[in-house]
Amino acid sequence: MFQKSRLHGEFFMQGDIACAEGALAAGCRFFGGYPITPASEIAERMAYRLPLLQGVFIQYEDEIASMAGILGASWAGVKSMTATSGPGISLMTENIGLGMMMEAPCVVVNVQRGGPSTGLPTSWAQSDMMQARWGSHGDYGSISLVPNSPQEFFDLTVTAFNFSEKYRLPVFIMADALVGHMTEKVVIPPVEELEIINRKYTNKKTEDYLPYDYGKDLIPDFAKAGDGYRYHTTGLTHDKRGYPDMTFECQNELVPRLVNKIKNHIDDISLTEEYDIEGADVIVISYGITSRTVLPAITMAKKKGIKVGYLRLKTVWPFPEEKIRKLSEKVAGFVVPEMNLGQISLEVERCAHNDSIVKLVPHPGGAIHKFEDVLHAIEEVAHGK
Amino acid sequence: MANNTAQLQEKTHPMEDLLRMDRMPHIWCSGCGLGSAVTAFVEGLKKAGVSYDKTAIVSGIGCTGRVAGYVRLDSYHTTHGRAIPFATGLKLANRDLTVFVFSGDGDLFAIGGNHLIHAARRNVDINVICVNNFIYGMTGGQNAPTTPLGAYSSTAPFGNYEMPFNLVGIAAASGASYVARWTTMHARRLTDSIATAANKKGFCFIEIVSPCATVFARKNGGGTGLDLLKEFQTRSIIDHEADPTQIPLTMDNEIVCGEFVNEDSPTFWENVQAGIKSQLEKFSNWEEMQSNSRKIPHKTIRKYTSSRDS
Repeated sequence: MFQKSRLHGEFFMQGDIACAEGALAAGCRFFGGYPITPASEIAERMAYRLPLLQGVFIQYEDEIASMAGILGASWAGVKSMTATSGPGISLMTENIGLGMMMEAPCVVVNVQRGGPSTGLPTSWAQSDMMQARWGSHGDYGSISLVPNSPQEFFDLTVTAFNFSEKYRLPVFIMADALVGHMTEKVVIPPVEELEIINRKYTNKKTEDYLPYDYGKDLIPDFAKAGDGYRYHTTGLTHDKRGYPDMTFECQNELVPRLVNKIKNHIDDISLTEEYDIEGADVIVISYGITSRTVLPAITMAKKKGIKVGYLRLKTVWPFPEEKIRKLSEKVAGFVVPEMNLGQISLEVERCAHNDSIVKLVPHPGGAIHKFEDVLHAIEEVAHGK
Repeated sequence: MANNTAQLQEKTHPMEDLLRMDRMPHIWCSGCGLGSAVTAFVEGLKKAGVSYDKTAIVSGIGCTGRVAGYVRLDSYHTTHGRAIPFATGLKLANRDLTVFVFSGDGDLFAIGGNHLIHAARRNVDINVICVNNFIYGMTGGQNAPTTPLGAYSSTAPFGNYEMPFNLVGIAAASGASYVARWTTMHARRLTDSIATAANKKGFCFIEIVSPCATVFARKNGGGTGLDLLKEFQTRSIIDHEADPTQIPLTMDNEIVCGEFVNEDSPTFWENVQAGIKSQLEKFSNWEEMQSNSRKIPHKTIRKYTSSRDS
């Protein structure tokens, strides 16, 4: 009787709770976490909801254990998730690298707060964006999705599970305290209307199965614990059998594949939203909550006669390099407002054509951009400064 | 000559069904106790009669951390110190599995100490085998949380001045259901202990006191692996009644071995199920529960429309 608890309909719902509901809708049945503001509501919601769906909730002793735990659950074939904020992500980072190396599908939610260190626990920032890309040591491809509303927190959580299952890696959802603690209308569709992707299990015989053999898509087929494959997996550089192999040849086959399995599928992974891009002189590139707070500035600039386009990155990593490169050939420049002191703006600079201006509108977090600052930057770029 | 070769090729290793023979020879030094520990593990699994397909082994990092790579089970070589939370996730997500953690004293009690006490506290249904060689072997003989007072290591050139942990004492005090200590010399009893743990519910902890001839003995004058086994033989006594918190290991005292704890207490998952059942029995359906229970968080979620699927 308690299985009827899958929600659908229209709700007035907090972002963090929408995230938890998105995870459940995507089929997440294991949550391991540790309390941290402003992400605790996700754990609380999961603690209440998962047992009724025959899932597992465990409050671990720290974030290191939480991340290790969701990897373990992932190998048992269960969709798993953890949710935390900056300090927790810092602790999880080593095991996130293990997840990348072992290619274990799971979802890591970062409800960003101001940093560094303990920073602003109850307030927001977007200052973990580079950490999400480069946090763990070594080279690997990664995926980060950034929601700008509770509705999108729900939607992108489903998408994050789909990407993690499809590409076999831990996927980040880079929310922030403003989106996490905002309460808005959230529409939850019936589960049959959601596109749910599940990892590809091997159909090979046990004696033929190689856990890290791959095809054209560079993604190995999965076998879960207890299915009789009795495979080995390790955080060491490994061959197709999963056995450690400390040679250049093995490293040179494995690590580029971890990068390319994401790079080669950027068209599928890269989600953007754009308005008035055609014929624009200035394009405002934003992501997450900033994409909403800059709207008044864009409206004002338009009133002043400036041709402003709006590009919102729902997928920040992998970065849409080609898209920015092509746009930069047509525009005077870009304005990049973000709630950090310059992270994604560096990526835009890297990809932009030499002639185009890239203007960062920095913000340390804890409040939102003043629309005058963004407007001023748009005007400057429009006037070629 | 040709006949002899043919005969040799036909011979198979008696533990071939549970070892990854394509990975032999292993990396462990001569005189190391890990070979005996793995043999006891394999024999223990056979004795326990568990399904190999449904048994998983998780290791951390270090000499003992390499065990997962040599045993032909679903095997996971994880990060330093994190084998226990990984194994907890694996076990809870598939309760049909028998899950072993096989790692060293540094991995489980220094970097991973917090996870061990909390897994024991929760009584998660996993079995932890800790090979204690009193030192960090893989990295070249640095001080461990188990290095006895006064013993030399590469980071204690004047002798260790830190009090070591008593592993069985910590496991017992943290709430483990089963706690035993053996040396690698106690091959038969160790095998029996592993078989017991495989079939026992709750958090089981087995300490294996193991010789490290290459670094610990070289710095502390213990001799070869065989000499160390002889020393274990003379120094160890078996006392199942001993209080596990009162039997620390030192450089020269007796090594008290035995099964110190063997209790049946509810596991983490049993407690979860019992707790939920007792709550759910109060209500006939989810809606009723959501509207009546004071303890339900976020019950204030408001719907715009009233539809819920079935």
